[in-house]
Amino acid sequence: MKDDLFFNIDHGYAEGLCRGFKSGILKAADYHNLVQCETLEDLRLHLQSTDYGNFLANEASPLTVNIIDDRLGEKLVQEFQHLRNVSYQPLSTFMDYITYGYMIDNIVLLITGTLNQRAINDLLPRFHPLVTFEQLGGIAIADTPAQLYTAVLVDTPLGPYFKDCISEHDLDELNVEIIRSTLYKAYIEDFYKYCKEIGGITAEVMCDILAFEADRRAFMITINAFGTALTQDERFKLYPACGYLNPDGLQELRRTDSYEGVRDVAARYPVYKSLFDGSGTNLGDKTIEDKFFEHEVKLNMNAFLRQFHFGIFFSYLKLKEQEIRNIIWIAECISQKHRARIDNYIPLF
Amino acid sequence: MGTSYLTIGGLSASIGLLIYAGLTYMLTNYGFRFDVGWFLLSISPYQWALIGIALAVSLSVLGAALGIFATGVSILGGGVKAPRIRTKNLISIIMCEAVAIYGLIMGIVISGYISSFSATRIEDLALKYRAGYKLFGAGLSVGLCNLFCGVCVGLVGSGAALADAQNSSLFVRILIIEIFASAIGLFGLIVSILQSSGSNMAD
Repeated sequence: MKDDLFFNIDHGYAEGLCRGFKSGILKAADYHNLVQCETLEDLRLHLQSTDYGNFLANEASPLTVNIIDDRLGEKLVQEFQHLRNVSYQPLSTFMDYITYGYMIDNIVLLITGTLNQRAINDLLPRFHPLVTFEQLGGIAIADTPAQLYTAVLVDTPLGPYFKDCISEHDLDELNVEIIRSTLYKAYIEDFYKYCKEIGGITAEVMCDILAFEADRRAFMITINAFGTALTQDERFKLYPACGYLNPDGLQELRRTDSYEGVRDVAARYPVYKSLFDGSGTNLGDKTIEDKFFEHEVKLNMNAFLRQFHFGIFFSYLKLKEQEIRNIIWIAECISQKHRARIDNYIPLF
Repeated sequence: MGTSYLTIGGLSASIGLLIYAGLTYMLTNYGFRFDVGWFLLSISPYQWALIGIALAVSLSVLGAALGIFATGVSILGGGVKAPRIRTKNLISIIMCEAVAIYGLIMGIVISGYISSFSATRIEDLALKYRAGYKLFGAGLSVGLCNLFCGVCVGLVGSGAALADAQNSSLFVRILIIEIFASAIGLFGLIVSILQSSGSNMAD
């Protein structure tokens, strides 16, 4: 009741704006037009008639896929920042939580750079644009891993994730991917807890999406770890605990050794069973990653069916990212003149 | 989070105190001291009637206000990317406003029945008290009905604005839902008029 009655006081405008942005997401007819394009210039022309408008208007004539990627990303960041600017608490904290995931990627990039003695300015273009440089703060000027660790603890909101699981010593030695996975596990569990605290419709929608994300990571870590030096116990430490697999499924995943074993674990959960059944490892099938993407898109689209919750902001960002991935896939197929699998994008609406 | 220990403690302490006081009165033969009738009679009929007016107007305005802000904010948000919805959706706001007008009307009608009296005989006083209670009931019924009606129309209007922004054929259909929602405010008005008619406070 509190959701229905009082949500609109602080967040009604932001919700209306977000739904307006969502109505600009490309539909099936738009994708149909894009797939028919012969060159990237045609693509630019077709994108002009959509919500994107003239975002490529100032680009020089030989368009490349990288330029299109950058501009699409910039537009998304602009819209997200605008939503963040008009939001009040607790929506603003919620939107900050969404950006922490990308902050983890940027910090891992910085750690790699520091370990390899690369200058900050080399790494700047590769940062995810959603996280501003000011938010990264003093960590950008750290030279050694020790300075980086202290700076992260002090300056960034990711301090608690570092404190619980990674020590300064680990920054030198651990594989960077393990650091990334550990941080992400702490982040997603914290986000889940925060959504549960907000309660109401937000908790219902977001906890469902985050539980799927946690399970997806558990599956992908397991599948990708086959054949590497990662032991079962080390793998288990990277599984997020906030999904539907917790605790039985995670224990089972820890003990599996093959893709078939993972399939068997998934068979005990109806949703994941149907995802694994629809995929395969042969050449013509969809991979399990594609099925996961499709399921994520379905969950995010369903978030828009309810009113008065924060989930639509999260879902909007994820859907736009998927749309950017779709457009770039089509652009790559066009620019490389390899149109056989151009239809492999995931349609959104 | 649920109820905290402080809330549970406070609630149980007060309920315990009430039970203790009630049992003490009853078992020491002082039960007659708990006199609802005395309480009702010692409040003057003017007080009942005027509180009825206050409830009628304030609760109706509260309902209308909750409705208008719920709808208005969604119209603003949705109107950024779909400017065509701005004028059409003002209908929702007008329907919320109507709810406040019902409260105003009842306030005026009820206050028309109030006049001074100087009766002393019990048979005459009974009629004055009857008038006071009727006017209080009338005010309460129209106030509460309009409160919920206003909230309902506002929430539906908010959905209507956002749906209209996506697909303009939806607006007329959701408007039908709003019309049903505003009918319940009218029910409150009708019952309230029936309650307050026939109450005469004059000598």
